[in-house]
Amino acid sequence: MNTHRSRYTNQRIGFGFLTVLTMLTVIPIIVVVGYILWQGLPAISWEFITAMPRDGMRAGGIWPAIVGTFYLTLGTAIFAVPFGIGAAIYLSEYAPDSRWTHMIRLAIINLAGIPSVVYGLFGLGLFVLFLNFGTSILAGSLTLAIMTLPVIISTSEEALRSVPQSFRVVSVSLGGTRWQTIRRIVLPQALPGILTGVVLGLERAAGETAPILFTVAAFFLPSLPNSPMDATMALPYHLFVIATQVPGMPIQIQYGTALVLVIFVLVMNLIAATSRSRARAKRQW
Amino acid sequence: MQTTLNLRERLITGLIKTSGYSAVVFVLLIFYFLLEAGLPILGEVPFRNLFSDRWYPIEDYFGILPLISGSLVVTIGALIVAFPLGLGTAIYIAEIAPRWVREVLKPLVELLAGLPSVMLGFLGIIVLSPLLRRLLDLPTGLSALTASLLLGFISLPTIVSVAEDALDAVPKSYRDAALAVGATEWQTIWRVTVPAARSGIFTAVMLGVGRAIGETMTVMMVAGNAPVLPTGLDIFLSPVRTMTATIAAEMGEVAQDSTHYHVLFFVGITLFLFSLIVNVTASLVIFRQTRRSERILS
Repeated sequence: MNTHRSRYTNQRIGFGFLTVLTMLTVIPIIVVVGYILWQGLPAISWEFITAMPRDGMRAGGIWPAIVGTFYLTLGTAIFAVPFGIGAAIYLSEYAPDSRWTHMIRLAIINLAGIPSVVYGLFGLGLFVLFLNFGTSILAGSLTLAIMTLPVIISTSEEALRSVPQSFRVVSVSLGGTRWQTIRRIVLPQALPGILTGVVLGLERAAGETAPILFTVAAFFLPSLPNSPMDATMALPYHLFVIATQVPGMPIQIQYGTALVLVIFVLVMNLIAATSRSRARAKRQW
Repeated sequence: MQTTLNLRERLITGLIKTSGYSAVVFVLLIFYFLLEAGLPILGEVPFRNLFSDRWYPIEDYFGILPLISGSLVVTIGALIVAFPLGLGTAIYIAEIAPRWVREVLKPLVELLAGLPSVMLGFLGIIVLSPLLRRLLDLPTGLSALTASLLLGFISLPTIVSVAEDALDAVPKSYRDAALAVGATEWQTIWRVTVPAARSGIFTAVMLGVGRAIGETMTVMMVAGNAPVLPTGLDIFLSPVRTMTATIAAEMGEVAQDSTHYHVLFFVGITLFLFSLIVNVTASLVIFRQTRRSERILS
């Protein structure tokens, strides 16, 4: 009886301990986001969002950084989405269980693990210097795209694999070719899952600083970029610059910039979560 | 009709195959460009210099040991923070939390994974490091400790989600069997579920390590960036400089093909190899595990 009670006392203590650990993980997340919202909101104004920086970035807005991040995210999507989904289709629908496939998987795991600053070095070596793109949106987008690829591949593959085999069997038995089956049956079913992966991948790319340091990011530019061959300012790099490189920077502008980044992340997360829950609700199997 | 269909089918299959193999090509390209710009350093600087304890490139001291040790110090620190929190949270989410709590916790952890590291570095400078400096009465709050805390926080989502997957994958029958012979839920968790998921938990920790060692902006902003070798545990209270931060801070200011340029790429190779080892170890465990389960099923 006595041991019985102590066992359950242990359990209660143990569960309490795990709850505390979970709190220690989760509460800081809420505090960080809440703190940025609270400190940053007073800085946000129409001018802050849409004006060019003035007085050595100590006044005015952050419009060029917002535009730059938008272009970079778009560029990343253009390169990473087709390649990523293509690779996922290959792995889920075509790849034999061979040593080569094993190697592709190992390569993807590896790409996912390479530090972002190493991507920066690679982008500098290949795109900026060897291919002579210079520090440009093109070079930056390509670098970010390769970095984003593993996220898109693995989430898309998972989405494709979750489509039941019977769907494919039926389509093929009705005379559909392999591609027709993928295009008309498998892809539409997997699309919401793929979208979730794409959004999470792009969110990561948009928030990254290290890969764009030497490939595209500009400290300050008086005008917006005109072509993919121009350098650009970008939100995360701008936050780094004003937080560490500019003396006498008003704290308001720093918090405001951080807030715009956080809002961006929150929106992307919301899109991903909505698309995922909608996918679950709509599932036909 | 038939032939155009065939042609299209073959063209598309070709494209899909190409993107499938692109991952391998990219890894090789990355390795090639790192080697091409990094290996020349071996001919330019004597070995003794390169593996010395002094990093001061302006005066031709290219010792990378302080950078490697700096990376290891903050990574170990991050692990000390993230392992208990991550594992505890994963167990809580997978085994204890009611459904609705889980539905709240998981998106929150995912949100953390998306927070840009530069933003956490910014908060590190403005909030965390002054706080730690005052609390611990240090000369500077920009230290390995500050970096470790933030890095631990950054690697948490990886550890939580991978470990939680591993716990989820433990068959329900294992738990039922333990409960049926009179174990409490707590005993079941520690003596059955967690041991059964240990290889997945190991993978989670390795991936967390990979995340921490490769993190750049946060470390560059809060670690203080002093390239010194650690002499004791007090290293955590002093500034350190990591491989990642060194590359990020100095690459913008060096001339192409100078010795300094080459040595930064060499540091990049070192980082690449570290992450290669960490990730391959992590993934070998996954592959071994699937093979074992396939054996059991067949």
